[in-house]
Amino acid sequence: MTTIDPAKTSLNYHHEQAAETHHHEHPDLRIPGVIVFLAAESMIFLGLFMAYIAFRAVTPDWPPEGTPKLELLLPGINTAILISSSFVIHNADTAIKKNDVKGLRLWFGVTALMGAVFLVGQLYEYFHLEFGLKTNIFASTFYVLTGFHGLHVCFGLILILAVLWRSRKPNHYNSEKHFGVEAAEIYWHFVDVIWIILFLLLYIL
Amino acid sequence: MTQAAQIQEQANLPAHGQEPGDWKRYFSFSSDHKVIGIQYLVTTFFFYLVGGVLATMVRTELATPESDFVSREVYNSLFTVHATVMIFLWIVPAGTGGFGNYLVPLMIGARDMAFPKLNALAFWIIPPAGIMLLSSFFVGAPGAGWTNYPPLSLISGKAGEMIWILSVLLLGTSSILAAINFLVTIWKMRVPGMGWNQMPLFCWAMFATSILALIATPVLAGALILLSFDVLIGTAFFNPTGGGDPIVYQHLFWFYSHPAVYIMILPVFGMISDIISVHARKPIFGYKAIAYSSLAICGLGLIVWVHHMFTSGTPPWMRMFFMITTMIIAVPTGIKIFSWLATLWGGKLDGSSALLFAMGFISLFVIGGISGVMVASVPFDIHVHDTYFVVAHLHYVLFGGSVFGLYAGFYHWFPKITGRMMDETWGKVHFWLSFVGFNLAFMPMHKLGLEGMNRRIAEYDPKFATLNLICTIGAFLLAISTIPFIVNAAWSWLRGEPAGDNPWRGLTLEWMTTSPPPVENFDADPILATGPYDYGMGSRSTEVDVPFSDADDPALSAGPSSTLRAKPDPVVAADPSDRGTESHNR
Amino acid sequence: MKIPSQISTLLAGIVLTLVSLWYGQNHNLLPVAASEAAPLVDQLFNAMLTIGTGIFLLVSFILIYSSFRFRRQPGDLSDGPPVHGNIPLEILWTAIPAVIVLGISVFSFEIYSTENGMNPMDHSMAAHGHHQVAHVQKGAAIAAPLVADTDPNIAITEEIRKNAATNAIEEDIPVRKDAPIPGVVSPRAGAISPSNKQEPLVINAAGMQYAWLFTYPDEIIAGELHLPVGRPVVMNVTANDVLHAFWVPEFRLKQDAVPGRQSEIRFTPTVEGDYPIICAELCGAYHGAMKSHVVVESPEAYEEWLQSMKIAQAKGEAQTVAINPAQMTDSEYLAPYAQETGVTPEMLHHLHSMS
Repeated sequence: MTTIDPAKTSLNYHHEQAAETHHHEHPDLRIPGVIVFLAAESMIFLGLFMAYIAFRAVTPDWPPEGTPKLELLLPGINTAILISSSFVIHNADTAIKKNDVKGLRLWFGVTALMGAVFLVGQLYEYFHLEFGLKTNIFASTFYVLTGFHGLHVCFGLILILAVLWRSRKPNHYNSEKHFGVEAAEIYWHFVDVIWIILFLLLYIL
Repeated sequence: MTQAAQIQEQANLPAHGQEPGDWKRYFSFSSDHKVIGIQYLVTTFFFYLVGGVLATMVRTELATPESDFVSREVYNSLFTVHATVMIFLWIVPAGTGGFGNYLVPLMIGARDMAFPKLNALAFWIIPPAGIMLLSSFFVGAPGAGWTNYPPLSLISGKAGEMIWILSVLLLGTSSILAAINFLVTIWKMRVPGMGWNQMPLFCWAMFATSILALIATPVLAGALILLSFDVLIGTAFFNPTGGGDPIVYQHLFWFYSHPAVYIMILPVFGMISDIISVHARKPIFGYKAIAYSSLAICGLGLIVWVHHMFTSGTPPWMRMFFMITTMIIAVPTGIKIFSWLATLWGGKLDGSSALLFAMGFISLFVIGGISGVMVASVPFDIHVHDTYFVVAHLHYVLFGGSVFGLYAGFYHWFPKITGRMMDETWGKVHFWLSFVGFNLAFMPMHKLGLEGMNRRIAEYDPKFATLNLICTIGAFLLAISTIPFIVNAAWSWLRGEPAGDNPWRGLTLEWMTTSPPPVENFDADPILATGPYDYGMGSRSTEVDVPFSDADDPALSAGPSSTLRAKPDPVVAADPSDRGTESHNR
Repeated sequence: MKIPSQISTLLAGIVLTLVSLWYGQNHNLLPVAASEAAPLVDQLFNAMLTIGTGIFLLVSFILIYSSFRFRRQPGDLSDGPPVHGNIPLEILWTAIPAVIVLGISVFSFEIYSTENGMNPMDHSMAAHGHHQVAHVQKGAAIAAPLVADTDPNIAITEEIRKNAATNAIEEDIPVRKDAPIPGVVSPRAGAISPSNKQEPLVINAAGMQYAWLFTYPDEIIAGELHLPVGRPVVMNVTANDVLHAFWVPEFRLKQDAVPGRQSEIRFTPTVEGDYPIICAELCGAYHGAMKSHVVVESPEAYEEWLQSMKIAQAKGEAQTVAINPAQMTDSEYLAPYAQETGVTPEMLHHLHSMS
């Protein structure tokens, strides 16, 4: 008993089919790969967030006595800049889908600028904070969390600049293929979302 | 051979006339998943031997109650590096990187993994990370246990600690990169006609393993980053003198390290399903149950980690919650064990070394599973936590489980990888020496722990001397048992009997091409004519009285109209007039 | 006459059950049960061992039986029967283990609650100990004064800094300095049976590399634990440097000693004897040698011992004040306490002669 009808599976099967069967092209799976990679990156931040929450739960005073209160103006502006830059970079994606390389370069350029401003703002804040890395547990987690995020912003900035560089070559990016643009955009959104959570945890709550 | 198998083979006439492999390929940055798989297997086996030497030294010290073999500091480094090597440089990469890489593309009918170069990168991280870890012995190897709890790890040697942290960060990265590759490959690159429920169970296992590796490993990275800040810079994340909390480290650490044990066993579970089915010539019993239980273990495995911390000062509600989740995870595991037993029952066991190791795996893993359920119970764990009872448990599941399973995999797929058969007699010698040596080494440890011997000590109460001597003898026997395997493998690779394409007459796609496969794996995209475990379809000359099976009642014995069977797929129908365009099996 | 397979299966099942039950009660694997909670834990273990033995015998039997009964005949290359599954059977072997683990969980939960003496679902402040002021008696190696109702951390830091002896330690060995008096109090474990009306004996235990120091009422410090039989004990466990763990196998009791944290355990010793106290968390090179012992004795013997300690301590106190611990070697520092840790000159001689 078998489900396969012998009448239809003659020994000639393979030879009949030989001419038609072929290898599929190796599919372009880089975007799913980027997404899966970002799942892992999210987990490392989640682990650090949980550590922050745990320290906060077991320390009687939070921030520990003597820690100067964090100001909200500059980080708030930085947050606004980073969030807007996500919209800006999305414009670039829309542009390249319409084959508008100039638009891509314009919007990516603006995003890079906004990212750079964010980083400068972070550095400015670091230099003006009155607590150091080792001052107390709050200070340590503050610097490690924001520093780690800052490194990721740097990396995102490098990706954006790399795409800008590559876009100089004619037809490197067009409406059909623009993996670099999409990957940089997804990464940038990721960095933005992480910052929103960070900002809420460290500054607001 | 059954009709189904004949059709499958003819549908995939393998390529012939391949040029002999160039040995230099195996030392290069090759993006061929088969070369990478072999690189992983050989490299990790080397580290297994290193870890084994360290273990032998540990047992030599423990042969007598006094600390008389090495200094106490060196002893602490011995067991620290032993565990680190065995976990991160042997079992995890051998199961995932070694067998996973070699087999997954073949089993799903793909030419390679989704990201071949990333694959090679993930491998090449391993040798330098491993060498770096071993070189720590020159500067004072880490000695705070592979768990490296602060504050002890903060006051042990800084150089050794930082080497350990860096090395584990690198190995973790390799693991994450491999996981990305497997997830995308299995998700997107299966041959048409192979839906999720037509995949070999090894692919299900690799999928679940990769989810765990992806989600859990980064949290370990977070923990180690914070630890390295404490060690290098003097922050106080985990140092109570600065306001930190050592218990937070434990949470972050175990959030990864518990799923790590599932990462170490799930690929082996997958291999055992395939091996038992082929060598018993019976379909795997309960395919869907085994497939979905892998996902259940994956999900539950992420919410049990506090069972390593029952005595750390965790609140009672937390202990109870995690006790319950840990107990629950025994159920999907039990399903698999019973399914394997039901697969063997009524089959035609060929008594090969691969099957011997698979059956040995079942018996030893069950013992480890039973002691695991015991330590899941909080009141009992309070007594045996950090004693030799736990050492016994973990070795039964990791050695009796993972390592025996890996050996079964070696014997089963050696012919496919090398084109030659291993010697069966020496395989049996290897099995029996390992089985006896292993039980001699680890069974007494249950009693030692219950009676009061704590772990990670070089000197112990003289009343434990006799049992410890027995354990040491068993360990030496275990060490000796690797020799027949190494000699057998080396000799067979060079001069073994040629294997042919399908020496075990298997039905999964890796057997439908040459041994070893050509670079592109298959001549053309393979056609899936049968399910992976469709043994026994077609006429049988001998009727076997199999309990619970009823050839006249399809629902019970899963004949061709059973819902558990792979449906023939219109996309690959042989006759063009039957061919549709939509696959029913996606 | 051939025995029908159902009968032989039934017989095998009966034998398996009997063997498991017997072994579960006669395993001889545990030391004497010397605390009130210990017999309960032993009951739990016996039950789990019985079930485990049964499962192990079942699996082993199937494996061994299959390897003989279902061996492939030489020359037979055909397949086995195409049995893909059996839904009712699969449901059965999912349900039975689920019921078993549920049963073990409930049993464990009950024992834990009995041991614990409090509701595990208690989320009150008392249970979690946050912001709870710890009235800490002298539990540290360095004499720390009693703390009034202030933030323990700050008060102790000030005291430590005022005292030249302790201040020196903090400066000399930053990481090795004493952990501050715990600000976090771990929820307690263990219970006192409500029928026991005696006032609990409160003892502080401090682990350090590589000894235990127990602080009794009236500020008596000793390296070994003496307990009157039958009287409930409340022990606050902490550590001074790295993680340690207080473990007495005969009590089936273990608690990690976490620096910066105080964990309370409760138990009642019920059998007189001399039992080992074992450190059950890796704490350094001499982790294996970090041992003490607990002497459970009659209340009279306990009082006698306590009196002798009071006298000995009064004599010794005059000497200890002027010593700077930071400039002493480990052996010099511990010398006054050597008697209490149970280390005698003969033992030292014995150890030295072996190395």
